[in-house]
Amino acid sequence: MDALLLARAQFAFTVSFHFIFPAFSIGLASYLMVLEGMWLRTGSGLYANLYRYWVKIFAVVFGMGVVSGIVMSYQFGTNWSVFSAKAGPIIGPLMAYEVMTAFFLEAGFLGVMLFGISKVGPRLHFLATCMVALGTLISATWIISVNSWMQTPAGYAISESGQFVPAGSWLSIIFNPSFPFRLIHTVIAAFLTTSLVVGAVGAWHLLKDRTNPGARKMFSMAMWMLAVAAPVQILVGDAHGLNTLEHQPAKVLAMEGDYHPSPDGAPLILFGLPDNDLAKVRYEVAIPKAGSLILKHDPNAPLPGLTDFPHDLWPPAPVVFWSFRIMVALGLAMLALGAFGLLARFRKNIYECRWLHRAAVAMGPAGFVAVIAGWVTTEVGRQPFTVYGLLRTAESASPLHASAPAASLAGFIIVYFFSFGAGTYYILRMMGRPPQPHESEPPHVPHRAAGITPAAAVDGPPKER
Amino acid sequence: MDLTNVWAAIIAFAVFAYVIMDGFDLGIGILFPTFAVGEERDQAMNSIAPVWDGNETWLVMGGGGLMAAFPMAYAIILPATYPLVIAMLLGLVFRGVAFEFRWRDPAHRAFWDWAFCIGSAAATLAQGVMLGAILQGIHVEGGAYAGGLLDWLSPFSLLTGVALVAGYALLGSTWLVGKTEGSGLAHASRLAKRLAWVVLLALAVISVVTPFLNLEYARRWLEMPNVLLTAQVPLMTVIAVLLLMRGLRKRQPRVPFLMALTLFLLGFTGLLISVYPYVVPGSVSIWQAAAPPESQTFMLMGTVIIVPLIIAYTGWSYWVFRGKVSAQGYH
Repeated sequence: MDALLLARAQFAFTVSFHFIFPAFSIGLASYLMVLEGMWLRTGSGLYANLYRYWVKIFAVVFGMGVVSGIVMSYQFGTNWSVFSAKAGPIIGPLMAYEVMTAFFLEAGFLGVMLFGISKVGPRLHFLATCMVALGTLISATWIISVNSWMQTPAGYAISESGQFVPAGSWLSIIFNPSFPFRLIHTVIAAFLTTSLVVGAVGAWHLLKDRTNPGARKMFSMAMWMLAVAAPVQILVGDAHGLNTLEHQPAKVLAMEGDYHPSPDGAPLILFGLPDNDLAKVRYEVAIPKAGSLILKHDPNAPLPGLTDFPHDLWPPAPVVFWSFRIMVALGLAMLALGAFGLLARFRKNIYECRWLHRAAVAMGPAGFVAVIAGWVTTEVGRQPFTVYGLLRTAESASPLHASAPAASLAGFIIVYFFSFGAGTYYILRMMGRPPQPHESEPPHVPHRAAGITPAAAVDGPPKER
Repeated sequence: MDLTNVWAAIIAFAVFAYVIMDGFDLGIGILFPTFAVGEERDQAMNSIAPVWDGNETWLVMGGGGLMAAFPMAYAIILPATYPLVIAMLLGLVFRGVAFEFRWRDPAHRAFWDWAFCIGSAAATLAQGVMLGAILQGIHVEGGAYAGGLLDWLSPFSLLTGVALVAGYALLGSTWLVGKTEGSGLAHASRLAKRLAWVVLLALAVISVVTPFLNLEYARRWLEMPNVLLTAQVPLMTVIAVLLLMRGLRKRQPRVPFLMALTLFLLGFTGLLISVYPYVVPGSVSIWQAAAPPESQTFMLMGTVIIVPLIIAYTGWSYWVFRGKVSAQGYH
């Protein structure tokens, strides 16, 4: 394998691993904010208990997100130095704003959120929780802006040395054409991911003990969130698709498997094996005219095909085609689960319906898979460019011998699987413990955990020294 | 003072903030196995639990800021020190998760304690070697790195690597002098005493060797009348070490840490005297590497407002967790 392919593999590996954590922590931070807000408003110990239950999990997720995120910020320089030198004047400031407005906010208030309630009182503590939740959303905003600019660049000029330099307004860079769609789609995805996990944990404990009040509350809250967010997400995804068709048509055509133009309405290919070399989808199963109905909201609207573009501008269609289908299928499954939840609520057996609980447990990891699949669709669909239409991936990489990205990729794989594997195990273990009527209280944790978590809050005080 | 100089100052500030803040918690990691299992270790970790995450954020600020304000320097330095950057990142991953996991898994606590130590030491060594590699010069052609994979490796860069390990360990031990009680305090004081001498020796050796790396460095440090100013740096370094020792002897809780910070400030000043206005010594100046003024201005508008705010709430967070800790947490 050459250095370019290895560098791409490394980026794909590290970013996929990283993205799992923010996809969870963005939603979880907001959930914690809601829980603490309800706790302050109602004074109900139930909310306090749920807060304490989830904040321990949040701490581990957040910690892993931080360390894997630091890796990302340096990979631009190690493996993609030409991209960094050329696009640095545009994306550098956006990333610097992310650090200044989000990372520091999260990190600064996280210590107080996890350890400080006895020192600052409930109101200031709630403020810290809100600041951490706000930080996760601000962080998403900036990083999605950077990514969107790479997809639909705007507000730039190209200097004599080939650098992208800002031209005109920074607002046109930040609010580039695909940014709003991508941001809303991603944030809702994070909320959905979290509600699926919270719902699965609630359902798991309901299956064992359907009277556990903590499990009932978290399950109910998660099912409400799912019922509202899943349909909204599908509408937003549709709007995002129209936007992509406008700005990155080759990506959408690869997602759809439309190699050839359809002058009077494109079919919707459900399944098949796209083949870039043959320029066709083998064994396709298709619904006539439904593709145009979805993309143009008109069954007879003409659509172009990939063959309208030079062959060397095609994204790798098979990957995009399938990752897109995985995302959509999971989105529809989420919609179905949300509807199932509403039905059970209407029939007043939401806490008794075992099939609903089993379905919720099964769907627990679906958000992560959908998020990664969506990410693959949008990133692989951008190929062969890093900055769409302007800077090719092959021209973005550092001048390196293949041994450098090969050795570092091996290092990342070993360290990530080992350390984040252990983290996943600990998180699952925490989730496997039902919420107690009196969750250990962070304010009076006798043995303060280091890291960013009250350790004793997890399993009681450390037993052995 | 032009915009590029302002940005050079901001990046220098961010790097220095990172070095001293993550420095003391990395130092605690380096020294971790020397603390007794149980109360001493728990105290040491408790003293940095609420703040290490914010400390490490300055690393992202330094790297991100460099990319934004001096993209060319970022694109040269990172490929030139590739294996070091990777080693640093992997070290930080290991250490960051160890922070969390040792408390959740008493059965494997010894393992995560070692991961914490080795990760911290590897990250620190990599940073120190990186510093030496930048000082000794980077082979640049046509605005890009043109050297090999292992150009950074030299006796000098290994020396700066070891020196930084000793330096962070000194910061960590003096921090613990201010934060711990009982046997942990006694142990931290002993360590600080020894480490202060090691650091002084390392600084002396580096100061003697650096002028031989590059004629330009020698000229800056040794030519009249510059030498009258530059000679103050080693002089003040010796004074800082003596005050540090005195603070330890008199059992002053804060003076040793403040003097260790002063040592780092002096070392950093020495570095700037050698390097400025180059960002890649000998080949790329800050003006050559600078991003266009539109980028620098846009970032500056936010920075002047936001960074003071960051410093304010970071300071508040340190204040909330002020005072001595024990293995039992904050009282």
